[in-house]
Amino acid sequence: MTEPLTLTVNGVDYPVNVDMGRNLLGVLRNELGLTGTKEGCDDSECGACMVLLDGQPVNSCSYLAVQADGRSVTTVEGMMPADGLHPLQRTLLEEGGVQCGFCTPGMIMSASALLERNSNPSDEEIRIGLSGNLCRCTGYARILAAVARAASEG
Amino acid sequence: MSFTIAQTLDEALTALAAGARPIAGGTDLVVGVRQGKASLPSSLVAVDRLDELALIEPTDRGLRLGAGVTHARLMTDPKIVAEYTALADAAALVGSPSTRNVGTIGGNVMNASPAMDTGAPLMVLGAVVKLQSAQRSRVVELSDLWTGPGETTAATDELCVAVDLPSRPTPSGSAYVRLEYRRAMEIAIVGAAASVTLNGDGTISAGSVALSAVAPTILAVDDANAVMADQQPDAAATAIAAVASDAALPISDLRASDTYRRHTVGVMAARAVKAAARRASGEEIGVPVNRAIGVGAVL
Repeated sequence: MTEPLTLTVNGVDYPVNVDMGRNLLGVLRNELGLTGTKEGCDDSECGACMVLLDGQPVNSCSYLAVQADGRSVTTVEGMMPADGLHPLQRTLLEEGGVQCGFCTPGMIMSASALLERNSNPSDEEIRIGLSGNLCRCTGYARILAAVARAASEG
Repeated sequence: MSFTIAQTLDEALTALAAGARPIAGGTDLVVGVRQGKASLPSSLVAVDRLDELALIEPTDRGLRLGAGVTHARLMTDPKIVAEYTALADAAALVGSPSTRNVGTIGGNVMNASPAMDTGAPLMVLGAVVKLQSAQRSRVVELSDLWTGPGETTAATDELCVAVDLPSRPTPSGSAYVRLEYRRAMEIAIVGAAASVTLNGDGTISAGSVALSAVAPTILAVDDANAVMADQQPDAAATAIAAVASDAALPISDLRASDTYRRHTVGVMAARAVKAAARRASGEEIGVPVNRAIGVGAVL
């Protein structure tokens, strides 16, 4: 039995019918076609699936889609201005904070939420802000540098 | 299968009476289902939008935490950080920012994991839990609530609506310290919370200690007060380490052996006592102790 609900993603209302047990990640990717959000561990460990729910980072792999009814969801697709890159996208590219890229959307979502509430984070605050996101390529140093630069350059 | 987002507490309690299970952040329930540890209940009622469960409010007796208060709020609320610091220490260690944004104190308490981080702090702070059903309301001591891993004495129609904390004596301090292999998305290898009140000469006038992840439930160290009373904090910490290790009933699993847990829980208990005493003496140690001092550092 499916539940009718309205997912508001990146400012767009999507009426969908989904089974109660479906996770938000699967509905974003399959029903809505928003494949920027990735499935890594499917266990809330890696943060590849990070989205913003009412502005706060949440692991969409472990969040029921029906619980997002009426809330505001932001995915990496919603971070990009029409005419270019989000500052975090630009600094991640320029600092070499992207290698395979699989963790990058989740990193951007966690980092943007951090910078939204703390425009001048310390290195330790950046590490805590990204502590739910794993990267297996970069060794993190360049990601941390990218977030610090995005903070200082705005 | 049915899913309801409760708009009022009455609606939530009616749904529970009809057989629904509650969900708040889902950080235990949904993760457990996806890991195959349990199946998703056939009927769920979401309780995460009930404003009355999201309050942190003073009471005649102390402070009431609505069951829906998130870990992110517990770790930053000025009154909790100042007066119930062990609870803030614990909340700041739960999962990652995303877990803390949606995970709640009520969920942590009622999930009843023996490795839960907020349990030992709540126990040393003297918390009680308010359970409510459509028919009745009752207050339960933590020692009467937890009966085993994932098991409580709550009936299926009862919802945890609040956690009540008594006023703190002066001068007192509390701390929670956890042994961890990594700094995020970690489950306590072992953990310990301590609360102490000081005499004018710096000795401990009263104290309590509780342990995480060394027994089927959070374990209060019964002899803690007797062992620590009238001792200087350092001597009390040395004494409590042996008592805590003796009291522990650890198992071996993939995270640690029973021998390792028995030893390290004593070390954590001693560090918790020292940090609590330093806070009681007026020293500001940031939240959580694990980050402010470092769990590997000598306290």
